[in-house]
Amino acid sequence: MPMSTNPATNAIELRGVTKRFATPSGEVFTALRDLDMEVAPGEFCAVVGPTGCGKSTTLTLVSGLERASRGTVKVDGRPVSGITPGVGFMFQTDAVFPWKSVLDNVAAGPRFRGAGRRKANEAARDWLRRVGLAGFEDRYPHQLSGGMRKRVALAQSLINEPRVLLMDEPFSALDVQTRSIMSDELLALWEQTRPAVIFVTHDLEEAIALADKVIVLTAGPGRIKATFQINLPRPRKAQEIRFTDEFVALYSEIWEALRSEVETAYARSTTEVAP
Amino acid sequence: MTRAREAADTPRIDPAAMENLELDEPRPPRISRRVRRRLVLYVCRIALVVIVLGGWEIGVNTKHIDPFFWGQPSGVWRQLKTWITDGTAQGSLAEQILVTLQEAVYGFVIGVVLGVVLGIALGRNRFLSDLLSPFIKVANSIPRIVLGSLFSIAFGFGITSKVVLAVVLVFFGVFFNAFQGTREVDRNLLSNARILGASRWQTTRQVVLPSAFTWILASLHVSFGFALIGAVVGELLGADKGMGLLIRNAQNNFSPNGVLAGMVIIGVIALIAEGLITALENRLLRWRPPQTGGGDVNI
Ligand SMILES: Nc1ncnc2c1ncn2[C@@H]1O[C@H](COP(=O)(O)OP(=O)(O)OP(=O)(O)O)[C@@H](O)[C@H]1O
Ligand SMILES: [Mg+2]
Repeated sequence: MPMSTNPATNAIELRGVTKRFATPSGEVFTALRDLDMEVAPGEFCAVVGPTGCGKSTTLTLVSGLERASRGTVKVDGRPVSGITPGVGFMFQTDAVFPWKSVLDNVAAGPRFRGAGRRKANEAARDWLRRVGLAGFEDRYPHQLSGGMRKRVALAQSLINEPRVLLMDEPFSALDVQTRSIMSDELLALWEQTRPAVIFVTHDLEEAIALADKVIVLTAGPGRIKATFQINLPRPRKAQEIRFTDEFVALYSEIWEALRSEVETAYARSTTEVAP
Repeated sequence: MTRAREAADTPRIDPAAMENLELDEPRPPRISRRVRRRLVLYVCRIALVVIVLGGWEIGVNTKHIDPFFWGQPSGVWRQLKTWITDGTAQGSLAEQILVTLQEAVYGFVIGVVLGVVLGIALGRNRFLSDLLSPFIKVANSIPRIVLGSLFSIAFGFGITSKVVLAVVLVFFGVFFNAFQGTREVDRNLLSNARILGASRWQTTRQVVLPSAFTWILASLHVSFGFALIGAVVGELLGADKGMGLLIRNAQNNFSPNGVLAGMVIIGVIALIAEGLITALENRLLRWRPPQTGGGDVNI
């Protein structure tokens, strides 16, 4: 594993991170063990791995929602303690506020941070336009489609102009067509502000199409199995890039690394009977 | 708003239209069938009331029911008319209603505020809830209505003793709902608020409170009933005005019709309050998807 020459320049850096949980039965469960990971500023990093290997856990550690049991987590060279400032998080499940209108949902971040209503609303309208939701300001989340809710969540995160954006399977609940449209839109928005991204997904195609770097995690407890640089030219169109030879070659290479882990996790989940 | 609603409505396929396509059945009969069902329901309800009250009245007239103990509907009606036109022995009827209403509303408001504040505070603060929960459990298990006697001694015949009793009755229902509602707040939403930069107080106000509101509002329906019970029982135990005193005087005069007439008035007040609370609920919970099925059953 190559050590980065100047660790302080990494946007995100995990060193020897272990995360243990106390299970309800009183046992200790290790979700991550000795994980090392780094993401450069402005780098788009996709993380793939079998279910339950600790992908979501990694993101909660970076965001500061949870603390590592051992090891260090740094964002912008500073150790994480409490909620990391300058971080955006799109959760695996819907987390927009159902009692706030679309506009108020997007304006929530600036409002929480002390901006005036007028200024926050102005910025929120701007972001809603950018994610293609102009005209839906007054709706409540339950009146939107799943894809639209994801756009609201995206605008809600991006309005704070995070330097680090954490995305936990943000598009997994969407149909294939909507997902590829959202991928392209995400890339376009990302180019505008260029935050460092950790993008968790189960979809290897999506990972390769979006990322500069794909990290494959092992079946739990999670650690890095392999890292792949994706040197496909930008700007990319997720729809078109899938059929290039380079893409196909990368896909089979990464899938080779991922497959054995998925199989291990699957075998475990079918043989392991609750003690 | 209207534009948004239009946009929402246009692309939707009308399920009724689909059914019509399949069944090849004209639409009007379906609609009128639904209307007719409702009509039949209302007629049956009225019939039920007529049968019960009429049976009662006939029972009295045929000497099967003794009106000296059980009263009779026409007597209750006469009593109500007298109260309305001639006033009661203790002043005008409106005055009695207003006094009781005032006690109930004060008790309701204070009890709800205390219940919500304490419920959320304990729901948000582990130490507070660990500290206070055994005391609250004990306080909840005693028959609180008996405290009315104590308050009557301590606060006298005025409005205070009734308000305090109403507060005590209202508080617990609201408190437990607010507490539970606070505990059930989606952890994802809490995390999201923290990430977006919300302080603890902002999270409580903008995430916990609206989220717990569904629970709290559910408790308000029963709570106003409790507040009325507190006010009336407080008056029964000793007062110089109010519906409770009116009922108590009727009892002392061996007038079952008077007792029943008082009950009818209190029932009407409770129904109006229930309607107002439902309207409030619909306004405050606009953000929720429309509830299917169910109905407004609350006991
Ligand atoms: N609060 C918790 N208490 C106990 N165990 C937990 C807790 N959170 C996560 N875990 C366990 O840690 C492991 C990793 O969880 P995590 O949510 O990070 O998986 P994941 O890689 O995101 O999976 P998926 O792809 O299915 O979302 C899982 O086995 C899970 O059961
Ligand atoms: Mg996950």
